Amino acid sequence: MTDETKKSVLYGYFRSSATWRVRLALAYKNVDYDYRPINLLKQEQRSEEFEKVNPSKKIPAYILPDGKVLTQSMAIVDYLEDTYPEKNPLLPKNPYERALVREIVNEIACDIHPIQNPALMAEIFPDNVDKRTEWARSHIATGFKALESKLAAAGRDSKEAKYCVGNNVTMADLVLVPQYYNGKRFSVDMSEYPIIDSIFKHLMTLPEFKATAPENQPDAPQ
Amino acid sequence: MTKPILYGFFRSSSSWRVRLALAYKNVDYEYRSISLFKKEERSAEFEKVNPSKKVPAYILPDGKVLTQSMAIVGYLEDLYPDKNPLLPKDPYERALVREIVYEIVCDIHPIQNPALVAEMFPDNPKKCNDWAHTHIARGLKALETKLEETGMDSKGAKYCVGNKLTMADLVLVPQCYNGKEVFAVNLSEYPIIESIYKHLMSLPEFKTTVPDKQPDYEEK
Repeated sequence: MTDETKKSVLYGYFRSSATWRVRLALAYKNVDYDYRPINLLKQEQRSEEFEKVNPSKKIPAYILPDGKVLTQSMAIVDYLEDTYPEKNPLLPKNPYERALVREIVNEIACDIHPIQNPALMAEIFPDNVDKRTEWARSHIATGFKALESKLAAAGRDSKEAKYCVGNNVTMADLVLVPQYYNGKRFSVDMSEYPIIDSIFKHLMTLPEFKATAPENQPDAPQ
Repeated sequence: MTKPILYGFFRSSSSWRVRLALAYKNVDYEYRSISLFKKEERSAEFEKVNPSKKVPAYILPDGKVLTQSMAIVGYLEDLYPDKNPLLPKDPYERALVREIVYEIVCDIHPIQNPALVAEMFPDNPKKCNDWAHTHIARGLKALETKLEETGMDSKGAKYCVGNKLTMADLVLVPQCYNGKEVFAVNLSEYPIIESIYKHLMSLPEFKTTVPDKQPDYEEK
């Protein structure tokens, strides 16, 4: 017998970009869920209890009401899109436009974000925090430079760009904003990417982006 | 009628993912080699095609450009949904496919990318190889655990999800191949993955798209 009052559960961390992507998708799909913070600074992702939830010990992890577990932020976002396709669709209908959205998602989720992941950088430069910051800054800058070119080639105007693709929020926007935050954290000069900057500034005026921002999460330091 | 064009490299895993999708969707295309050995991805000409200076890049018959292997694969799936569907219909099963895809394309592949690793440890090919080996092994171990959790048996495992070919298989094989052939990863430590890999490598689409059968194949 299913408990119809059971909510889904999101394990995440306030500052994790990948978790923010999922918070955004949940907000746009209007899903009511329980949030369980996993503190990465305290290495809580390595606890035995969490390992049972997600053997790869990473967040976010999303538990469906029936207990099934999903990991990988973009797999969770796509699942929410497949489950609630009519509520604030996060993908256009046209195959080429959908591909443009996924292109931007992958540019960030594969080519930028993993490279500036703090755990990875600690492994590359175990004794040198400055080198890590410079590594992150340089790789985010390179990635944003390429992304800015692509947005320009697609005809986005830096004076009025509001979204990555088309005229609505798509998954690309859900991935761009957290990466922009990370860029600021690592001292990337965002004025070099005026289209990205314009899109970011517009998106951050939207209630879903404000409500899900790291500083507004229950596990953010007060 | 103009054919689509694939810019790729024989040994690029991400190019192989697209070659596989094109084979399964039965698309007739022109292949243009961009030699990563000769750093051709950095040419001014290719930068116009893809400002990120990476392969693969896919040019549609009308001239539009698509980059990012999984965006191209997703596009082909959207365009030809009935030809060898690469995603299941059920949302949860689709999510399992995507989970495996992302485990590899975000958490393993970028970390062992030769250009990136050469940047981490310049002039130290041994350290580069060790790093790639370690990270591929770590990623495959996590993936093996995930596949165990879904109840798969190493003795009969043929596909990653749902006993049918999906995008997950298109991504798994190139990663395993590179791990095994270039970085001496021992696939027998991951018996479910090894069983799937061996089965997939027996299929014609995998055999024709394998690196050493590509027109730009060369020994390094």
